[in-house]
Amino acid sequence: MTETNRSFLEYAPAPESQAILNLKKSYGLFIDGEFVKGHGTPFATISPATELHIAEIANANAKDVDTAVVAARRAYDRTWSKLSGADRGKYLFRIARLVQERARELAVAESLDNGKPIKESRDVDIPLVAAWFFYYAGWADKLDYAGLGAAPRALGVAAQVIPWNFPLLMLAWKIAPALAAGNTVVLKPAETTPLSALLFAEILQQAELPAGVVNILTGAGDTGEALVNHPDVNKVAFTGSTAVGRAIARSTAGSGKKLTLELGGKAANIVFDDAPIDQAIEGIVNGIFFNQGHVCCAGSRLLVQENIHDEVVDRLKQRLSTLRMGDPLDKNTDIGAINSREQLNRIRELSDIGEGEGATRWSAPCDIPKTGFWFAPTIFTNVSTSNRIAREEIFGPVLSVLSFRTPAEAIAKANNTPYGLSAGIWSDKGSKILAVADQLKAGVIWANTFNRFDPASPFGGYKESGYGREGGRHGLAAYLQTSQRVEPTETVASTRSIARKAVKS
Amino acid sequence: MTLEQSVSLAPAERAIQLLGGDLTERALRLHLEGLSGVDAVGLEQRAADLGTRSIKTTSKAWALDRIIELIDLTTLEGADTPGKVRSLASKAMTPDAGDPTTPRVAAVCVYGDMVPFAVEALGAAHSAGTDRGINIAAVATAFPSGRASLRVKLADTADAVASGADEIDMVIDRGAFLSGRYGQVFDEIVAVKDACRRADGTYAHLKVILETGELNTYDNVRRASWLGILAGGDFIKTSTGKVAPAATLPVTLLMLEVVRDWRRLTGERIGVKPAGGIRTSKDAIKYLVTVAETVGEEWLTPSLFRFGASSLLNDVLLQRQKMTTGHYSGPDYVTVD
Repeated sequence: MTETNRSFLEYAPAPESQAILNLKKSYGLFIDGEFVKGHGTPFATISPATELHIAEIANANAKDVDTAVVAARRAYDRTWSKLSGADRGKYLFRIARLVQERARELAVAESLDNGKPIKESRDVDIPLVAAWFFYYAGWADKLDYAGLGAAPRALGVAAQVIPWNFPLLMLAWKIAPALAAGNTVVLKPAETTPLSALLFAEILQQAELPAGVVNILTGAGDTGEALVNHPDVNKVAFTGSTAVGRAIARSTAGSGKKLTLELGGKAANIVFDDAPIDQAIEGIVNGIFFNQGHVCCAGSRLLVQENIHDEVVDRLKQRLSTLRMGDPLDKNTDIGAINSREQLNRIRELSDIGEGEGATRWSAPCDIPKTGFWFAPTIFTNVSTSNRIAREEIFGPVLSVLSFRTPAEAIAKANNTPYGLSAGIWSDKGSKILAVADQLKAGVIWANTFNRFDPASPFGGYKESGYGREGGRHGLAAYLQTSQRVEPTETVASTRSIARKAVKS
Repeated sequence: MTLEQSVSLAPAERAIQLLGGDLTERALRLHLEGLSGVDAVGLEQRAADLGTRSIKTTSKAWALDRIIELIDLTTLEGADTPGKVRSLASKAMTPDAGDPTTPRVAAVCVYGDMVPFAVEALGAAHSAGTDRGINIAAVATAFPSGRASLRVKLADTADAVASGADEIDMVIDRGAFLSGRYGQVFDEIVAVKDACRRADGTYAHLKVILETGELNTYDNVRRASWLGILAGGDFIKTSTGKVAPAATLPVTLLMLEVVRDWRRLTGERIGVKPAGGIRTSKDAIKYLVTVAETVGEEWLTPSLFRFGASSLLNDVLLQRQKMTTGHYSGPDYVTVD
């Protein structure tokens, strides 16, 4: 490379090799420890970055759902409920170690199928998957001490439906606590991202998990519907859109099934004028452009104090101009592909509406690849609280910037949303952070950071963001029958987690 | 406000431009203490993220050559001799005798009393104030501790400049800085800058060493960086190499952020020099990435970025040999100094 015609910043391609993957041409349903054919019409899963075919995936119909639930019930009755907590823990530890051993392979599969940059699947998704299994493995023999009363019991068969934004991580969030608590599982991954769940099924075989303890059914919405409505299911856990969550709440009402929902969000990321400015800019970027903004807790509403508004927007634009969009498997890619054409269309539609409503649109200058689904990181300024882009979840790399003058106004604007999943506060003043956090109605509040996850910290929302908590001790309660009438997950104080960080500066 | 704080400071051009003509210690203090704070966790996270960039093939080849061109090849030992300095100069001119395409380093960095030997050894290769050739950098101002009277520090500086040093690497008075006597630190830098003046009216370039390992907090590093720039430093430099920790990626990132902000404010470009502890090509490449993604690629030039290093050069040469021959070389294929 000569310095005159190419720039150092156009880093030479550094793609992660796909050779590590050993994919099959087609995948069946994972029922009772085996891959079996589905009775629905199979579908293809594609790479959203290239639109190329990856593998053919079986489609589970109502009959397959029934077979899987029967297998899970049998495994629960005969095997899993008979094992000691320590033995269940051993399986979970084994799964965690296998995930670590096959981390690179899982990361490549995840980026290929989902479109997220390999640096995120490699450094965030897969390490957290292993962490989740390690964490709940430790709880399996300590349920009596989880603060849920004496001898809490498993519920039985758990039906779990997960989204496409963090395919394997959401699987871990669901399966790890369910198994630790002694339940068996039927899980449906999202239609557009089944690949890593199927590789996970292979890991379960490798771990020699007893047949039927975990069953994985691929398919679309009707498969999920059949699963959550199956009469022999004791527990339903769903992560996804508020519309579907509402339908599930309606259909499971009165059935006696225990339900947790983790739904949408429209999080406020509040930046005060005394914030550590360079780190706040990074945090804003990480808050909304991490995983192409396909994050339910994304900081999609930036609330910035009026006196630093212009400076923050200016610095943000500069920073966004350095983001690298492209091949998700390239180790230097910051922004990958949008997961599906359908999602891309929704992001485009809402962005056009934003412009139509009078907000000012700015997109980072990116070379958009010719094939695949892409959307450049975009900021809207001059946004009013009544604009649809300030109220609806876009689930894409689109940030709406609003301003505020006083902490009271920031709190009022932050809480003025039907959602309540997460929020961020940026300030160098600890007392201000605590005072504001105390008044925000959101399940997770990050201080001087954003989008940090830890298996020990409960996660979940208020209002239309759902109910129940995943992660931590609270996450166990969702999978156990307890002798206590009031579960600790229902109180505000115990569910709020403020990510506190070491103060060195 | 104490009386001391209303004391007037030396009239440094940049400080007057930013803080106004009536330059007092109080104005300087208000400015430095009004700077935005640094969140340590966030800064370190960003530095770690930049460290994960994967620089391969053509980019790596370019990076290795550029690292050599940015090195201040350094020997700062009590045991230094004229012979050692001659050897260093020879290595600076011909880093890899087996490969004449290897670029030269930016400068040699020595103690003040060794400058005449460096001038002699470099001969025609010495830039001597021009743009082409190898510079001679001298550490001055009672390096590395800085514990001497201002009179001695200025004499130390003037002596090195008179002997032919093109660049002066000075240390700030950390004791004064940490006890809040910002004005004293400021005035000293201004005075040393003045001592860099040659007989013909030109100046030797001034690098201001903050010794970040002794400043301890990132907030202090940010303040000291602004202080060094306001007082007239051409470069801000992390460390002497005699205190641990020396250069770290987060500290360098933070200093680059200050330099970027200074440019936004004034349009002027200030150089940054991490020094000490950067021993491998892999580490040095992380610094190149951090520079390019923070202040821009234009900073990857000897007038705006340097590595203060001694053993780094040999590791880069080994990597370079590996890239051209395709197989790993060994330590006996590069010279010991």
